[in-house]
Amino acid sequence: MNSLLNPDRPPVFCPGCAHERIVQVLDQTFQTIGLSGDQIAIVTDIGCSGLFDTFFNTHAFHGLHGRALTYATGLKMARPDLHVIVTMGDGGLGIGGAHVLSTCRRNIDITLLVLNNFNYGMTGGQCSSTTPADAQVGSGFLNRLEKPIDICNVAGAAGAPFVTRASTYEKDLGNKLEAAIGFEGFSVVDIWGICPGRYTRRNKLTPKAINEQLGQLPPVDAFTTQNARKEYGRAYREEATKLQSTPSPQRIEAKYEPPDTSRHELVILGNAGQRIITAGELVCLAGATAGLHATQKNDYPITVMRGHSVSELILSKEEIGYTGIDKPSAVIALGQEGVNRRKKILAELTPETLVLKAANVDLPATEAEIREIDFKTHKVKSQDWALAAIVQLARTNRMLSVDMLDAALELRFKGNVLVQVREVVERFAIF
Amino acid sequence: MRLSLMEGNEAIGWGAISAGCKFFAGYPITPATTIYNNMLKLLPPVGGVCMQGEDEIASIGFCLGASMAGLKAMTATSGPGISLYSEQISFAIGSEIPLVIVNVQRLGPSTGSATKGADGDIQFLRWGNSGGLPVIVLAPVDVKDCLVLTMHAFNLAEKYRCPVFIAANKEISMTRESFDPDALRLPDVWDRKMADPAKSFLPFQTPNGRFVPEFLPIGGKRLVRQTSSTHGPDGYITTDSEQIAANQERLMQKLRSAVDDFLFYDWQPADATDTLVITYGVTTRAARSAVQTLENLGKPVSHLVLKTLWPVPERLIKELAVPYRHIFVIEMNLGQYVREIKRLLPEKDIAFLGQMNGELIKPGKIIEIIENE
Repeated sequence: MNSLLNPDRPPVFCPGCAHERIVQVLDQTFQTIGLSGDQIAIVTDIGCSGLFDTFFNTHAFHGLHGRALTYATGLKMARPDLHVIVTMGDGGLGIGGAHVLSTCRRNIDITLLVLNNFNYGMTGGQCSSTTPADAQVGSGFLNRLEKPIDICNVAGAAGAPFVTRASTYEKDLGNKLEAAIGFEGFSVVDIWGICPGRYTRRNKLTPKAINEQLGQLPPVDAFTTQNARKEYGRAYREEATKLQSTPSPQRIEAKYEPPDTSRHELVILGNAGQRIITAGELVCLAGATAGLHATQKNDYPITVMRGHSVSELILSKEEIGYTGIDKPSAVIALGQEGVNRRKKILAELTPETLVLKAANVDLPATEAEIREIDFKTHKVKSQDWALAAIVQLARTNRMLSVDMLDAALELRFKGNVLVQVREVVERFAIF
Repeated sequence: MRLSLMEGNEAIGWGAISAGCKFFAGYPITPATTIYNNMLKLLPPVGGVCMQGEDEIASIGFCLGASMAGLKAMTATSGPGISLYSEQISFAIGSEIPLVIVNVQRLGPSTGSATKGADGDIQFLRWGNSGGLPVIVLAPVDVKDCLVLTMHAFNLAEKYRCPVFIAANKEISMTRESFDPDALRLPDVWDRKMADPAKSFLPFQTPNGRFVPEFLPIGGKRLVRQTSSTHGPDGYITTDSEQIAANQERLMQKLRSAVDDFLFYDWQPADATDTLVITYGVTTRAARSAVQTLENLGKPVSHLVLKTLWPVPERLIKELAVPYRHIFVIEMNLGQYVREIKRLLPEKDIAFLGQMNGELIKPGKIIEIIENE
């Protein structure tokens, strides 16, 4: 195989820079594996390591600081056959830490080469996430206060199944890169090297010292077996083939005459768990069975099964413009928490509004017509009150009819659930 | 008539699928989460990809990668997420990466109110990128618009190779609403113009007399370069000031000069009035109701509904405004798009009605300010 180095753009690093040697070893590795340029995408971010994509005749994606893994993930999911190589410095590692951890957890087939030279070379040698606490760098005393991270241990702990340490200067670097690129899953190679332009001007570091320091670090071989699992993209595609495609949106046949065609507003006020939202949806569906337009706005807190639940509905033969509630035709008040949320509306009601309320709910003073529903005597459970109340509303034939509501039940529920809700409806239709 | 019933966010999902969307990535955030939920149901079973990023920066980054690999991509968030997207948005603008970005606006500033609506990001969407180059922003009024404008957004992203925003609002996106799918006017689906892979290729070379470079995907036979750096036609960094200036000018002109090709608006002129109401988004619905009431009272006013907000449809606004003396701009914020209207129509009497309390502006309030004028 031929070299993939771009003869028009030779490496432009400072004399003695570790990055230059890695460029050469990476090119030799591509040749050893037998890859052509169109089989590879080199994804880079900002900093000296971000120059890598320009030296190779491969696909290239150069983006924002620390975000290279995000582009690489999108590329790999879209083009599973592509070999995606990310180069990143210890700077990108720090600023993009969340992406590093998440890519480890995902185990997507990307090779991450961390070009670790212990400082921000391009901006003047400030401290990075891997700067030793005793180093002299461009950030004054600040690095003395922080502990450098061991990215191999972090990546392994986060689930990367291929983690290896390397020195820029070791003979084995090419073999390590080959193994990383050949690995089906996320592979991390932490490559230590010298930044002569910045770091070693004030700090003593030699290839020999790097070797010694690497030797003193805890081994990371165990992560290979500990984190072994299926590659993310492969697993994703396997899961996806098991899924059924989503049916097109439901179309509702208009088969009934509505009791009235003008705009009717309904507010259902309750507590979480009373199936207020479902009742609201039934009202919309019922409207559609008579060719009425409908809107539904819901209001509930972040908690589930606790707090208020409010549904605001509008039915109208005309398309609905303003979706706020102005003069409701009816209010259904089933829970105190919902009622408390809409005290203002309740206080402004006129005698034209029908209020259907549960016996245990207190309303503010209102001029509206109030009818109390005694759910307890009729043994309706709290979660069925809303359904029972809209049955009551349908029986008044103001904005929807009993036939429309029954058709809505059929649209919304199937099988046993439909049988159960119809039982509630029938039980309630008696009194 | 056979009505369908869905919320705006579901309609955005169906619009995306109809436009050929194959990739979605998002991070959960109220009130945009249900777009992600819907895309997760819609995409994977049909060979598409839907991912949840570790944050908003990752989500949009995944989309940029997938788009450069040739897939039509979309992401969705709310104001706090747009803030985090900002750096990637600048990248998509400057490096011409097609992408649809939905902003389901909620009440700000900052994390603000997750479940309250607002149109508080209208200038932010335009100017929330470094470099200040233009973007396309479309604003839906209802669920139908959510579906149709999302399709247009994909078409425009493909045609102009740029990010296109849908400026939705909690009050549309999370309101369930009926509509007749047969009555929708769906656009034809456009794909990005591909270069001939048999010929030599430079990733940012524009054909003579054209503003948009032809596309080849990363991962194809021809090598493709993408870069966030200031680049020449070859996709390598450049320091040539003439080349830089020409590219900036092209990026500006490719959208500015094209806005008349994607004018989405509703125009409801009335006879015998010197008053024009201008709205966009959900506020349009209250304004329509107010306009109807005013007509019934024998005080007709004209109504312009803008659905293309950026680039500002300057010619359209100037032409339609000619016969009017009084102009009312009504927005669910404290005065954002009104700045553009004042800039375009300095000789007119321009009044503003705005509100930022998490509630819809009521038709009655609109009637009141127009009647009192």
